[in-house]
Amino acid sequence: MPIAKVNGVEVEFDPGMTVLQVAELAGEEIPRFCYHERLSIAGNCRMCLVEVKPGPPKPQASCALPAAEGQEIFTNTPMVKKAREGVMEFLLINHPLDCPICDQGGECDLQDQAMAYGRDGSRYSENKRAVEEKYLGPTIKTYMTRCIQCTRCVRFSTEVAGVTEMGMISRGEGAEITSYLEQAVSSELSGNLNDLCPVGALTHKPWSFNYRPWELTKTETIDVHDALGAHIRVDNRGAAVLRALPRLKEEINEEWITDKSRYAVDGLARQRLDRPYVRKNGQLTPVSWDEALDTVAAKLTAAPADKVGVIAGDLQDAESLKAAKDLFTSLGIINIDSRQYGEAFGAAGSQRETYLFNTGIAGIEQADAILLIGTNLRHEAALINARIRKTWLKGAVDIAVIGEAYDLTYEYEHLGTDAKTLKSFKKSDFGKRFAQAKNPVVLVGSGPLSREDGAALLNLISAEVLATANVVRDDWNGFNIVHQAAARVGALDLGFVPGEGGLNTRAIVNGGLEVVVLIGADEIDTTKLKDSFVVYVGTHGDAGASVADVILPGAAYTEKTGIYVNLEGRVQIAERVVFPKGEAKEDWSIFRALSARLGKTLPYDSLSDLRQALITDHPTFGRVDVKPSTKVFDIKALGAKGDVAEGVLASNIGDFYLTNPIARASTAMAECSGVRAAPLIQAAE
Amino acid sequence: MSVRRLSAVQPESFAFKPETLEKVNWWIKKYPESRRQSAVIPALWLVQKQEGWVSEPAITAVAKLLNMPQIRVYEVATFYTMFMLEPVGSAALIQVCGTTPCQLRGSEALMKVCKDKIGPKDTLSADGKFYWQEVECLGACTNAPMAMINDYYYEDLTPENLTQIIDDFAAGKEPKPGPYNGRHTSEPLGGATSLLEASLYDGSAAKPVKIPNAPEAEVKA
Repeated sequence: MPIAKVNGVEVEFDPGMTVLQVAELAGEEIPRFCYHERLSIAGNCRMCLVEVKPGPPKPQASCALPAAEGQEIFTNTPMVKKAREGVMEFLLINHPLDCPICDQGGECDLQDQAMAYGRDGSRYSENKRAVEEKYLGPTIKTYMTRCIQCTRCVRFSTEVAGVTEMGMISRGEGAEITSYLEQAVSSELSGNLNDLCPVGALTHKPWSFNYRPWELTKTETIDVHDALGAHIRVDNRGAAVLRALPRLKEEINEEWITDKSRYAVDGLARQRLDRPYVRKNGQLTPVSWDEALDTVAAKLTAAPADKVGVIAGDLQDAESLKAAKDLFTSLGIINIDSRQYGEAFGAAGSQRETYLFNTGIAGIEQADAILLIGTNLRHEAALINARIRKTWLKGAVDIAVIGEAYDLTYEYEHLGTDAKTLKSFKKSDFGKRFAQAKNPVVLVGSGPLSREDGAALLNLISAEVLATANVVRDDWNGFNIVHQAAARVGALDLGFVPGEGGLNTRAIVNGGLEVVVLIGADEIDTTKLKDSFVVYVGTHGDAGASVADVILPGAAYTEKTGIYVNLEGRVQIAERVVFPKGEAKEDWSIFRALSARLGKTLPYDSLSDLRQALITDHPTFGRVDVKPSTKVFDIKALGAKGDVAEGVLASNIGDFYLTNPIARASTAMAECSGVRAAPLIQAAE
Repeated sequence: MSVRRLSAVQPESFAFKPETLEKVNWWIKKYPESRRQSAVIPALWLVQKQEGWVSEPAITAVAKLLNMPQIRVYEVATFYTMFMLEPVGSAALIQVCGTTPCQLRGSEALMKVCKDKIGPKDTLSADGKFYWQEVECLGACTNAPMAMINDYYYEDLTPENLTQIIDDFAAGKEPKPGPYNGRHTSEPLGGATSLLEASLYDGSAAKPVKIPNAPEAEVKA
């Protein structure tokens, strides 16, 4: 490996690295605004100037200069200091210096670097330029006078988000960042533009003027708005959760998160269930915990076990599901299901690999052929879609879609829309290439698998696609289910599915049961539950709570420490940021309290006892933050033989911004939904 | 130079005329199929030739034709000041050079003529026939002061000349381009003072050169 000297210290580096990267290897900090590891190099802010020998006797932009063998790099010479001061002085010429009223203040690259590398004052006494505000959508607040034209936002939207809508118009002093005709940025990753902006030009619109960064308490936790389990940091001030920001996690979210994960946090303060309720004379009436639990216990004792159904929702932590499952199983209840949409995978006793995203999120980058079946990845797993786009941009990946054709930000071959296409798949050109591919990947959306014929469809996919290519083998597992819910894989891992002869979600919501317990389940059709006695354990006044006869208020994902298993099968622990609202309790303790009243006291008194029991019964939960290795499984075991109906294989997400109770309670999500869903509907007509 | 933006008033639609489209396709063919967008500047220029200016529907049409995002075409159109982003006069677009040599030779007087006859600069005249603007050096300093009107240079102008030219354009005539003080191109005013003898430049004074190893035929030629 070549060797260069940084401030006199020899450093070995990989060929192809830039001077900036080599200097960082040596532990030298190089100030920068436009350079970003995950974006292309622009080299337009000039903040990263260093002195390089051999070379011209002037400072060089280190971000765009390839390092070479024997190069001498200096980051601490008078020339470098003077160059940085000069660049900073120029950058600040047109910067308004309104830090006291700027939302970026306190976490601003320009502010920090001006302190570290700037001069003490400016020699510029002329008028500063001002730039008109732009409208960039419901998530981005602009203050364009602050912009220093680093073009990170332009590069992010073009390269990562895959929506080429931002650009720099005009030139020189007149240059302005804008979107085409000031249309809202249509990406579901738009919040990341605000993160990338090194100054206060683009800030978070839903959070504007809500906080100063130094008054917030920061908690590192896990996101639950989709099944990826993105690593996030949630900031609170007192009891109020104010924002969620992405953390670096190379294998999952890199350093991005979706707008829903980020901006739905205001939903944590609205529509909350903060005390128990019992329906009296048709009205939900606030009651004490004792009364609520006694009412539920009485009903459960009175009803025969086969007349009780339990459905678990999308945002539940594994501990609460474990407590619920233990409780209801001990009562002899087998009508329990966690597959809210009626998905046809994860039946009792099925091997874990049959319902996981086996390739792994980072594993997508090794794929050379990708087949998407009935999934709108942009809405179901936007960051997996961004990975596929990243892989596609590198070239050498062949992508095809069976099912409804969505704008996925990359080019693909559309093979057909319905299940018939699967039958002719192996004869199609893409099918032939797929059979030859080294690392083929199949992504199956949970939308089509939630249909009545989901099992038959899964079986058909297995026979027509998996069997004809090298999808599942010893060193590669390319079979992937795209989950939408953070709770799903964890629930399936601990067997939260109907027992032998038990009713599944579809049968439970069909009515006819005496007692139905909804554990945060709101995505179901509740119209036929009117005659049943409905117990709702959850956080928000949503679909489930509106039909409930008893409401037991639980804790949202920011209010409890809980285990979530992401779609890869990676076990992750979310941390408590704030305490549950009002009288609400952590969900597992509700079931523990209920169990005592039913005379079936659960054998754990604390969360750590419960986790111990969870890991003893289901050892997969003991391996935290590890993606399980890709085990081979019998592809013939997938689904069940049967007739597959006609009809388009489509995603079951109607509105990306409103997929769970937290998001539906959020005003930011309502605005996003209003702005972005409307043009899509028009286009469909 | 100020910020360049699209005009507030935009036409309903834009369509390439067949002859414009033919020329645009000729430019597109110069580049590999995957690099169609390389033809964006000629395409915008041909659009401007057809319509006189570049409108929003035209930007969308160019983007669609070249298979590139609208914002990228918009960036190019706003970057180059030669692309007119609002309607220009039906008779003439007058671009008066205001850079130092022209200014020293009286371009300010020309601009006054424009202002008096047409109206304020960068604005369409009341009758919609004229539009004038001040531009930077057009590279004809020898013939200062000058103005570019539509596609041609009108040089060595005086306020009287320019008044006449504007009147001619208004009357639907096409005044002759070139110097207006009687000289030929950029020759000295009173006629040439050097290179008077043709043999100095027509090659007749040169001796025949024998190029070693050259084919016979070429030597003869």
